[in-house]
Amino acid sequence: MSEMSEIVLTIDGQEIKATADMTVLDAAKSAGIYIPTLCHHEKLEAFGGCRLCMVEVESRGWTSYVVSCVYPVAKDIVVRTRSEKVDKIRKVLVEELLAHAPDAPELVKLAEEYGADRNRFEREASFCILCGLCVRYCNEVKHLNAVGFIENGPMKEISFVPEIAAKECWDCQECFTLCPTSYAQAAYMLTEALAFPGQRKVQTASEPAPTRRVIPITPVGAIA
Amino acid sequence: MPKLQTAAELEKYRAEILAQRDPAKPCIAVCAGAACDGMDSRAVAAAFIAHVEQNKLGAKVEVRTTGCHGYCEKGPNVVVTPGEICYFEVAPADVPEIVAATIKGEVVERLVYKDPTSGAKAVHMNEVPFYKHQTRLLIGDNPKIDPMKIDDYLAVGGYAALIKALTTMSPDQVLDEVKKANLRGRGGGGFPAGSKWETTKKAPEKIKYVIVNGHEGESAAFMDRAMLTGNPHKILEGLIIGAYAIGAQKGFMYTRHDMPLLEKHVRNALAQAKEYGLLGENILGSGFDFEVELHFDVGIFVSGESSALMRSIEGNIPEPRPKYIRTSVSGIWDKPSNLNNVETWANVPQIISRGAEWFTSIGSEKSKGTKLISLSGNVVNSGVVEVPMGTPLRTLVFDIGGGVRDGKTLKAIHFGGAMGGSIPADMIDAPLDFDGMSKLGAPIGAGGLLLMDEDTDMVEVARYLMDFLTKESCGKCVPCREGMSQMLHILTEITEGRGKPGDLEKLEDLIMVTNVASLCALGKTSGDPLKSMFHYFKPEYEARIADVAGGRSEGK
Repeated sequence: MSEMSEIVLTIDGQEIKATADMTVLDAAKSAGIYIPTLCHHEKLEAFGGCRLCMVEVESRGWTSYVVSCVYPVAKDIVVRTRSEKVDKIRKVLVEELLAHAPDAPELVKLAEEYGADRNRFEREASFCILCGLCVRYCNEVKHLNAVGFIENGPMKEISFVPEIAAKECWDCQECFTLCPTSYAQAAYMLTEALAFPGQRKVQTASEPAPTRRVIPITPVGAIA
Repeated sequence: MPKLQTAAELEKYRAEILAQRDPAKPCIAVCAGAACDGMDSRAVAAAFIAHVEQNKLGAKVEVRTTGCHGYCEKGPNVVVTPGEICYFEVAPADVPEIVAATIKGEVVERLVYKDPTSGAKAVHMNEVPFYKHQTRLLIGDNPKIDPMKIDDYLAVGGYAALIKALTTMSPDQVLDEVKKANLRGRGGGGFPAGSKWETTKKAPEKIKYVIVNGHEGESAAFMDRAMLTGNPHKILEGLIIGAYAIGAQKGFMYTRHDMPLLEKHVRNALAQAKEYGLLGENILGSGFDFEVELHFDVGIFVSGESSALMRSIEGNIPEPRPKYIRTSVSGIWDKPSNLNNVETWANVPQIISRGAEWFTSIGSEKSKGTKLISLSGNVVNSGVVEVPMGTPLRTLVFDIGGGVRDGKTLKAIHFGGAMGGSIPADMIDAPLDFDGMSKLGAPIGAGGLLLMDEDTDMVEVARYLMDFLTKESCGKCVPCREGMSQMLHILTEITEGRGKPGDLEKLEDLIMVTNVASLCALGKTSGDPLKSMFHYFKPEYEARIADVAGGRSEGK
């Protein structure tokens, strides 16, 4: 069976063996080929939101552009992880996100790689790029739903649910480290300050007061 | 009403209805479609009913409240049969005169159509210019039917196609007929419905669903609601036939939450169909079981996108899903789900009863049948229109639409709403055709045709459409959410006299990336109107920016 489901495809000129349940991104990763992503996380279901992992796929003479985090591998397809058009798409996507979080380290790094101009588009410093890592991690891994999306389109934002956050977030805060812009942490702090200031876990003799874990923001340029 | 157990019982019942109806007895049909309703046709209908009752004229004349007749511009519309005498802009005060004339077999001359230039009168529907150039296969029954009465639908031959399918055809034969008819999806894509049905039919899962997409979110489109509100059983009949062909056990009607009349009529139609045994177990003794559930949108445009719509039916947020698998294979709760637009389903009964050969005799080479069009904008006659595919746009705009309002010149024709495109007036002889119009850059979409006169600011049109779509984006993927915001920002700057050199290049980049990288059709086609304008009206954009640079900006 395992042999039956083995699929051979080409990524950047390399022949790569994959299994039928893999996406193009999985196959590329297994071969050590890098494709940039912002909303992808191994523990989470593919989201297909940032579109940065878009690649060029040639199949039966047709060229198409697909997001590799959800596109399933198929026999004999030829994948190019970079091309003039792919790079152009990534450049514009990064420029669009830089309008919201101009100093986010991952974005700054991507901007360098793809020649993105952080001042090209109208700034609206919301600091959140809506990758949804916090929302999905809280839902899929922690099953807590302490943070969710509200509104739609350009009004969309993440929001902590005070009733849940007051109970659950203190001991967790795992989403803070996932956030590419540190906004999740800021949004939580704001919720705490506004909705339940000082109402942390009740201290008992047997259980000492937990110490707050604050994730330091990595300064721009500090990451290799 | 006892449940009808067999096709023969239904035919017997139909004969009884017809026997009770005297075709010579005059009937006054008052349009209660959305536009006429807005002109208070409700008061007109109430006046007719009260007048007939008070004067005990019920034996001599009948009054029927119906769905949309089509000629929205001249509402409230009243049609008197026999003879299909059309009265326009009828007010409650006109009621006694119309009733008296109708009983005497006379015509109220002052309320009939008058040609705005020659003054020539047109009394009967087939003489009124707005109607006479149409082929009203789908909407033509609207004036004959009270949408709340299934018996009215049966009286015009309703559910005969279902009987034919269930009693004389196998599911495969029904599918074959629809494939042979080359019925293409009316919701925008123009994808062959038969192929889509076949995909769902052949999918290995046992549980399958069929869905009516009655969301109709496209701006300037209002024909689906005219059909669904005015003749709900026609769509339901198509759906049941489709379910039989595909092997689906359950159907969903997904429609607008904001139209109380539509909801009332559809709820009523489903209840009546169930009562008569046209829905439920063992339909007309055929052994085929089928149920339909009604669902409403949540007030967001993208919930009309097929995968988002299905997420919505599941009870989830209506966000398009990113998977590269068709909903016809894996849709609602991951089961094969065949979704078609209201108008597509409405075409099914006539294809079954009159055959694929008849159907393919109408239309252009690759687009068969008729198409419902919503005419609006700077047009003399706005309304819902039905013409054969292949009809030149000139016929739609001038013969039916009566040309441009206020004696102005036509500048552009816009098709397909916020995801469509605009073409210049000199392309007026192009035929109405899925592929042809797409090639020109103004895809038919669902069928909203917007006329723009000489005073139209094409930059403002693009800005307006972008403003609409930006607010309707679900916001999940970056190119759609961010790309549209940035395009809207640049377009706003240009319209407000702050355009800068380089703006058009930025827009071109944004159009390309939004088109290629967006997750669903909303984002992918959001730049299409702008693309068509860059193709046909770019000098207007360049001039606006050059004016600013040259200090000639007057702002707005």
